[in-house]
Parts: sequence; C-alpha cells; structure tokens
Amino acid sequence: MAIKELSPRKEFYKNLVKQKELVLISIPFFIYFFIFSYLPLWGLTMAFQNYKPGKTFFEQEWIGFKHFENLFTDPDFYRVMRNTLGMSIINLVLSFVTAIAFALLLNELKGRIFKRVVQTVSYMPHFLSWIIVCGLVSNILAMDGGIINDILVATGLVSEKVHFMGEPNYFWWIVGFTNVWKSMGWNSIIYLAAITSIDPALYEAASIDGYGRFGRMWHITLPGIKSTIIVLLIMNAGWILNAGFEIQYILGSNGLVLDVSETIDIFVLKRGFGRAGGFAFGTAAGMFKTVVSSIILVLCNKIAGWVGEEKLI
Amino acid sequence: MKKTIGDRIIDALIVLFMCIVVIVMLYPLWNTLVTSFNDARDSIKGSLYLWPREWTLFNYQSVFKTDKIYNAFIVSVARTVISMILNVFLSGLLAYVLSNKEFVFRRFLTVFMVMTMYINAGLIPQYFLYRNLGLIDSFWVYILPSMVGAFNVIVIRTYINSLPASLMESARIDGATEMTIYFKIVFPLCLPVLATVALWVAVGSWNSWFDSFIFAPKQDLSTLQYEMMKILSSSMQSGVNQPDYLAESQTSRSMVTPNSLRAAMTIVATVPILVVYPFLQKYFVTVNIGSVKE
Repeated sequence: MAIKELSPRKEFYKNLVKQKELVLISIPFFIYFFIFSYLPLWGLTMAFQNYKPGKTFFEQEWIGFKHFENLFTDPDFYRVMRNTLGMSIINLVLSFVTAIAFALLLNELKGRIFKRVVQTVSYMPHFLSWIIVCGLVSNILAMDGGIINDILVATGLVSEKVHFMGEPNYFWWIVGFTNVWKSMGWNSIIYLAAITSIDPALYEAASIDGYGRFGRMWHITLPGIKSTIIVLLIMNAGWILNAGFEIQYILGSNGLVLDVSETIDIFVLKRGFGRAGGFAFGTAAGMFKTVVSSIILVLCNKIAGWVGEEKLI
Repeated sequence: MKKTIGDRIIDALIVLFMCIVVIVMLYPLWNTLVTSFNDARDSIKGSLYLWPREWTLFNYQSVFKTDKIYNAFIVSVARTVISMILNVFLSGLLAYVLSNKEFVFRRFLTVFMVMTMYINAGLIPQYFLYRNLGLIDSFWVYILPSMVGAFNVIVIRTYINSLPASLMESARIDGATEMTIYFKIVFPLCLPVLATVALWVAVGSWNSWFDSFIFAPKQDLSTLQYEMMKILSSSMQSGVNQPDYLAESQTSRSMVTPNSLRAAMTIVATVPILVVYPFLQKYFVTVNIGSVKE
C-alpha cells in the first residue's frame, strides 16, 4: 500500500484534529501568559502620556519623552543610580570572593560529616525571607543589646557604642555583608560542583612536584574552576541595576541613611505611588531601568556564552 | 600521602574557620529563639545571648492571641498551600503538553512561555493590570499572578522527556485521554520533580511580603511576613516604637515588646522552612546549576 504524502497544510489540520485535546488544554495557558505577562506591556504607553486617572486611553494627552527628560534632570535620579551601582559593585565583589574562598576551604575539609553539617548550616540563610534577615541584622547591630556593640565595648575597641544603622558610611557595607551572610553558602554550591570535576591525578602530580596545600589550591583548584568563575561573573554583572530592594527599603528607611540607601527600585516605588499623579513618571523611570538592564543582561549573557564555548573547545 | 605538621596545622585552622562560619550563621537565629522564650521585660535589660533568663511562653501566646497576627498567619498558610497545589498541578500539566514532540503548537507555546521570563513591564503597569482585573485587595492577588511558572515548566518538562515515551504512547493507543495520561501515568512518575517544585513555590510564597504591601494592603489580607515588616520598619524609623496593637497585650498581666513579639514571629515563620529544608537539600545542586544554564 502506497502512503500518500500529505501537503504540510493538510498535515497540520489533520494533526490539529487529532490533537484537539492538547490544543484545548493549551488555550487557557496561552490566555494566562498573555494576560499576566504580555498585557501589562501596554501600560508602558503611560510613560509617554500626561496620564490622568479617570480619562480613557484615547483622551490622554501624549507628551513624548517629557517624563524621561524630567527623569534625567532630576538630581534624585543620579543619587539613586549612584547608590544602585555602588551597592551592586560591593555585593558583586564581596559575594564572589567569599563564595569562591568558602568553596575552596570546604573542599579541603576531611571529615565528611563535619563537611555536611557546615554545608547544611551555610545554605540555610538563603531560605529565610529578607524581612527575617533584616530583623536579625538589626538585632545584631543594635545599640542596646546587640552583640557586635557588646563585643566591641567589652574588648575596648570602641569607647562608645556605634550606631551602625544611623551612619551613612556603613550602610553599603552592612548591605554587602548581609548579602554575604545570606548567600555565601548557596553561591558556593556551583563552585563545589565545578571542583569535583577536576581530575584528582592533577593533585597527586602537584604534590609530587612539591606543592603544598595552598600551592595546590592556587595552581590546580582555582585554574580548574576559572571558566566557571568567569562565566558567573559576567552573568552576574548583567544584574548590576538590581542592587536589591527589600533590604534597602527595610533597613534604610530611617532618615539618617535614606540618602545612601535608596536604589532605583525604591525610587520607582516612591515616585510612582508616593506622589499624586506620579504613575506616569514612575512608569517612565521603571521603563528606563528595565530597558537598560535588559541590554546589559543580554550583552553579558552573550559574552558569557562566548567564553563558555571557548571552554568547551 | 604523608601528613606533615604544617598540613595538620592548616587542617586545624580550616576546621576552626568553619566552626566560626557555623557560629556566625547560627547565632542570630539562636539569639532570636532565646529572646522569643525570654520574658519581654527582662529582655530589655540586654546582655541576653545564649540562654533565656526568665522562661516564658507569653511571647508566643501574644502572637497567636493578637487577632491581627493570628489572622495574618492563617492568610500566609492559605496562600502558601493554595499556590503550591495550583502551581504544581498546572505547571505539570503544561509541561506534559509541551513534552509531546508532535504537538503542533509546541514550539510556539514554548517560546511564548519562555519569553515571559525575560519581559517585565514594571511595577506600575502591573498594578494597573491587577486593578483592572479587580485583584487589588483580593486574596487572589497572591495566587493568580504566580499560578504557572515558566521556569518550573521547563524543569518538569526536562524530567518528563527523560521518561520512556512508550508508556504514554501505549496508553494513548488504548484510548486514554490526555488528562487521564497526565493524572494516571505522568503525575505519579514525576513526583520527585513535582515535590521539588512544590517546595520551591511554597518557600517563595511563604516568604513574600511585597505583594501584601502593594497589592493587598487591607488588614485582613495581611501576611505574617508583612506584619513582621510593619513592626520592624516602625522600630527602624524611630528607634523604639510601639505599633498600635501592642496596647492590647499590655492590658494583661504580662508584657510584650515589639522586639520580643517579632522574635516569636520570626521563629514561627522560620520553623516551617527548617522543616522542609532537609527534603529540599538533595535537589540544591540541580536547581542551582539549572538556573545558571537558563
């Protein structure tokens, strides 16, 4: 019996009938994604309007790039950009260095049970909410009863208790080290995985050549995970405008540090919701962040892709 | 390999360092636990580090007897459970549909879905959408926006693709409908990956507060995390501060302070995570590396 080739179009319809159940199941999902992810994009038109609540879309006045002009001449915008970039860079550097160092040292641990305990404990903060973490930080650094101040005073390092939460110079570092506390263990997982793929024979050869512990770490382990480090570094650099929102919003809400704590996300929130008629301006500021962020992210992922491919060759 | 003395010293130093790391990671939570079991009036005196001085359960009683907080706890549990069930069921279903290599819209729907991980209209357009849908100040604002996760779908689909296709094929030949195949064959076989996704969704939902803050500021929809946030941020802004509902507790014999109340709430909010934590742990590597590959 000869099998007749169906034309692509006919085949499509034949399949469509055959798969009507799959199609029926898919439709709600299509609608769901359309409504919750694609439809809000329409709201970006607000960034180009003199948006007045209560008017319909067609009655709104179009003002072109006016909101963006206002944004770029706003001194607060430069302040929040400085904070965002500053905290991003501190976070990036601190979390990279600590996670890699932690993975290297974990790898040197001999006792299997002890190693597991350390890992379990160090991953745990990753699962705590930012609210809880911020609460813990404020307890530890408190003036009355905070353990850090108690230690500093007891050891005579400072004569007077330090008001950590009220000192603008400390804020970025508090954010940076809180990030380290929360995610060092979690971030080390991927490096540990990369370390396990290093050929053990290399270590033996190195020790025969007379390299000590740190020599092997420096000359075998680090080069072995170099490509992982570079790829992750580039990819994380893509998130540079995401300095965080929650920790700055919660810990940085007092007037003393407000100047250095507000990030671009907080700026969008405060201008968008905090002022009458701020919706359009907030949308424009948010759009600026999303667009710039997407460009950086795509670029970084592209570069990471090239670097990653080199590794495969 | 023979160990030199230098090697042993280094080993000891690394162990010492790791002990310090463990202490630094655990102390803040331990201290909170201690505070939560210590009499609030006594805690104000300070120097409370490793063990409660005056044991009390009053802080916990205050958490569950203060209507606002108890209600927030119930809302948190409800949103977490409902989100988890819906997300697992729906993400699994979509993953099953997209795992069918012959499905005519497979490519289109996959791209359409994956795109949602990258596009983001921003906070205000999102707010307007929810307002138009009538979700503002509604419980469903916690559920609907995170009903299906593109990333979860991809993780589950990868798992389904690793199952023998003949299982589903033979059921199809026997005349089973797609829904039957999903429920009777795919769902039971995917339990390990579905459990992972479930726990992931649950932790995310349990920990979030921002959606209460922006989209559901109404008091009876407040969540445990949001109540904690309110206490914390009012004490951040003005040193020591008494949120309004503390007055209720003070009329009784014992006393509770914002700090002690928050300590007890922190423990209540942390325990569920610590309970599911051991089950999550074996999937850490997969999820971590998977998220990098994405």
